[in-house]
Amino acid sequence: MSTFLKLLARNRLAVFGAAVLGAIILLVVITPLLPLPDPNATATADRFKRPFSDGFILGTDHLGRDLFSRLLWGTQLSLAVGLAAALIAGTIGAAIGIVAGYFGGRIDNVIMRAIDMLMAFPYILLALAIVAALGPGLLNALYAVAAVNIPFFARNVRGVTVSIAHKEFVDAARLSGMGHLRIITTEILPNVLPVVVIAMSTTIGWMILETAGLSFLGLGSQPPQADLGSMLGEARAAMITAPHTSIVPGVMILLIVMSVNLLGDGVRDALDPRLRSGALSRPMAATLVRRDETPPEKTDTKAVLSLENLETRFEVGARIYRAVGGVSLAIQPGECVGLIGESGSGKSVTALSVMGLVASPPGVVTGGAVRLNGQDLIGAPYARLRALRGDRVAYIFQDPLSTLHPLYRVGDQLTEAIRVHHRISRDAAHERAVKLLEDVHIPNARARARSYPHELSGGMRQRVAIAMALANEPEVIIADEPTTALDVTVQAQILKLLDNLRRDRGVSILFITHDFGVVGQLCDRVAVMYAGRIVEEGTTAEVLDAPAHPYTKRLIACVPELGAGRRELHAIPGLPPAVDQLPHGCAFAPRCHKATGLCATSDIPLDGRKRKVRCILPEEDVA
Amino acid sequence: MSLALETRDLTKTFDVGKRLLRPPKAQVHAVHPTSLRVENGETLGIVGESGCGKSTLARMLVGLLPPSSGTIEIEGLSGGSSPADFGRVIQYVFQDPVSSLNPRKTIRQILEAPLIHLHGMGRSERAARIDEIFDSVSLRGEFLNRYPHEFSGGQAQRIGIARALAANARILVLDEPVSALDVSVQAQVLNLLADLKDELGLTYLFISHDLAVVEAVSDRVAVLYFGAVVEEGRAENIFASPRHPYTRLLAESAPVVGRPIGGQAQGELPDPMNPPPGCAFASRCPRATDICRTDRPELRPIEGDQRAACHHPLDP
Ligand SMILES: Nc1ncnc2c1ncn2[C@@H]1O[C@H](COP(=O)(O)OP(=O)(O)O)[C@@H](O)[C@H]1O
Ligand code: SF4
Ligand code: SF4
Ligand SMILES: [Mg+2]
Repeated sequence: MSTFLKLLARNRLAVFGAAVLGAIILLVVITPLLPLPDPNATATADRFKRPFSDGFILGTDHLGRDLFSRLLWGTQLSLAVGLAAALIAGTIGAAIGIVAGYFGGRIDNVIMRAIDMLMAFPYILLALAIVAALGPGLLNALYAVAAVNIPFFARNVRGVTVSIAHKEFVDAARLSGMGHLRIITTEILPNVLPVVVIAMSTTIGWMILETAGLSFLGLGSQPPQADLGSMLGEARAAMITAPHTSIVPGVMILLIVMSVNLLGDGVRDALDPRLRSGALSRPMAATLVRRDETPPEKTDTKAVLSLENLETRFEVGARIYRAVGGVSLAIQPGECVGLIGESGSGKSVTALSVMGLVASPPGVVTGGAVRLNGQDLIGAPYARLRALRGDRVAYIFQDPLSTLHPLYRVGDQLTEAIRVHHRISRDAAHERAVKLLEDVHIPNARARARSYPHELSGGMRQRVAIAMALANEPEVIIADEPTTALDVTVQAQILKLLDNLRRDRGVSILFITHDFGVVGQLCDRVAVMYAGRIVEEGTTAEVLDAPAHPYTKRLIACVPELGAGRRELHAIPGLPPAVDQLPHGCAFAPRCHKATGLCATSDIPLDGRKRKVRCILPEEDVA
Repeated sequence: MSLALETRDLTKTFDVGKRLLRPPKAQVHAVHPTSLRVENGETLGIVGESGCGKSTLARMLVGLLPPSSGTIEIEGLSGGSSPADFGRVIQYVFQDPVSSLNPRKTIRQILEAPLIHLHGMGRSERAARIDEIFDSVSLRGEFLNRYPHEFSGGQAQRIGIARALAANARILVLDEPVSALDVSVQAQVLNLLADLKDELGLTYLFISHDLAVVEAVSDRVAVLYFGAVVEEGRAENIFASPRHPYTRLLAESAPVVGRPIGGQAQGELPDPMNPPPGCAFASRCPRATDICRTDRPELRPIEGDQRAACHHPLDP
């Protein structure tokens, strides 16, 4: 709630709307207490008095009635009617939407067809038809306005209900013995209510306007009762001779509708989860760099890609999340290095930092260097990064759809990817695209090139994403959990494909995963990450056969391996630390059975030359 | 041992492209006639790749989805029972621990639902029972008044298990209960499930795509392919000496340290709207012959209690 108010307060237009609306509401609330003349008392002698004359603040109308008094009473009536219409439309619309969305099937079909039919009529015509059938009168106008708005609410609420009704907690409620009515009221409704409130706040302004419209036509409030629409309607005849009689209610309508809509939009935006997470603020083209020190000296001269003491953090308000806390890792030509760790350990941020792909804000690279063939990429101009992205360094992600555009044929996307970095004809590029699809073992490649991504299975899509990564024969492929979402048989095919690529073409691969089995089958060397840092590094065989860091050792013991039969697993108690509150010293100390007082006092370095471990009491001697 | 659950020729067919008055455009056979038997106190593992019908089968077993044909027998329950009737004898633990908890209810409200609606317990009785259950899943009592978003995946899954226990059902269907969890947390939850089973004498149907996990927790395993059980046998035998070519492909594909990348069979699942007439695996099977493409193989005993649906089963 307080974040909601904070976000709302940041929106100047919404604050302005709230202020204007607040003032108007205050005025109409205290109207009965003000010493106002009777709004309906006629005095033909005083007709069309100008504002500020003879004690009439806003003058008088064609019957000599005090305009200020009529304005306040009329505004009160219009606001009340608008609110009532919104409540009625919201309640009935939500009820219809919930029933349709929850029960689905035939009920949904029939209801939504009816709603579609209603929506096919022009709005105001429908309202006119309803009033014509019911007869003029303010209450009937209210019903008409409410009725024509019901479809809007019903549609919105149905959409939300469908997504909620398919959530697992609704199934769980059924298994807990709840009936439909109880599920609707206690499981669905509380989750739908915010949507109804937002929809109301954004439509109530229009409902006031529509009621005013009906009154203007003489179908709403009946004389002598004043509402804003009827005041405007009665002033129509004297528009030229006494313009103030039209301007006064007109300005009020304008103020109300404008302030309600500004506030309503503000409320909607402030409740939008994307705005909350800052996702709607435009990210920069490359990750922000704020390095205090000059990059450390180059240590590994043969490496294609080397990360040196890389530090990346996220600055969210006052909190600092040290996602990558000084990672050093070198990849030699043709080598496959595994980066393994649990979720949240910083694997992906490390990978994205290489090419400046971490979203800024909130991401900032605060230290270290990333060298591609000796050249530092951190802080490199955007043009240079863009030239290298996809050309020298390519990425493969867990979700191939994140790199494939849903609306273009995969062959065309590959062709484009090739032509971004190479000046060759479209036909030549297309031939290369087909060849690439063949290289990644897509059967019938020429025909498949004409498919859209959604027409392919998950495994096929990941192959296309790999073909995309290969398009410009990069030196380094960074694969971030490329097989995690795939079935084992498909995973095996993709792993084989990557393994062959590396042997045939000499590409270097940084392979990120949480699966020791995959690392064991694919990688030459492996680095284990915990809480943003590498805790152990060595050849795959060494690390897997004789893990030196207590975390690695216990993590391997957690994982069941096929063929070992039924067995007790040795769980690690506790959870990894949150990276915005890392413990002092060894981050694993709170969960480590070997921890001593020394472990928590000072920073523990990553020790060793080829085989490295960040522990003062390692399980194996690594010297 | 006594029987906890038995299905006979259970099937599920979905209509796709439903139309208001005319018949649907097509049908998808998500589960082909399936007969399973689970003994009391046993863990039956169910493995298979995505879309093979694991969840559909599981949802039928707990009464969330009406079967198209066939019967389910659970402690005397059968067709026509409501989810509440099912709820007292069989419960479901969901894959996504977070979306299985209503974000607008406290943990106490969530756990109370089955106690109120299935068992009609009074207030003080409920409080005592909830404390007992919470203790058994090793969660601290102070969590009861918090909301789901305050919990990590592993904690949320413990709460999901606590809710299933609250219904006091003896059979739990665990649908990928640890797939969304990190490995170190996964082991915690698997061990918790093993302890609860011993303490309370539960029966599990453990669904997973992870062969190693299934092997580690199950007594028997059923392998599903394209909506049908293709092989069934003891956990220690089924992946060690598979008799169905698909089971062997699965076992060889699983990444195991120190073994070369295996399982190179190409090809994809058949189109569910257009199932092939014979064996569904024929297009990917190295042993396929003509009969495989015309006659659907029945599940039959191969050796001991290992059964496979294959015309040319593998040698051990
Ligand atoms: N409501 C539905 N309508 C149509 N097809 C469905 C529906 N639910 C599941 N299916 C289909 O049933 C098959 C089995 O799905 P599912 O039970 O979810 O498998 P798994 O749990 O193994 O992922 C899939 O082909 C899926 O597309
Ligand atoms: S440094 Fe100490 S706490 Fe950390 S892993 Fe080593 S022994 Fe455990
Ligand atoms: S029946 Fe034939 S095609 Fe099917 S698995 Fe057996 S050998 Fe292969
Ligand atoms: Mg599933």
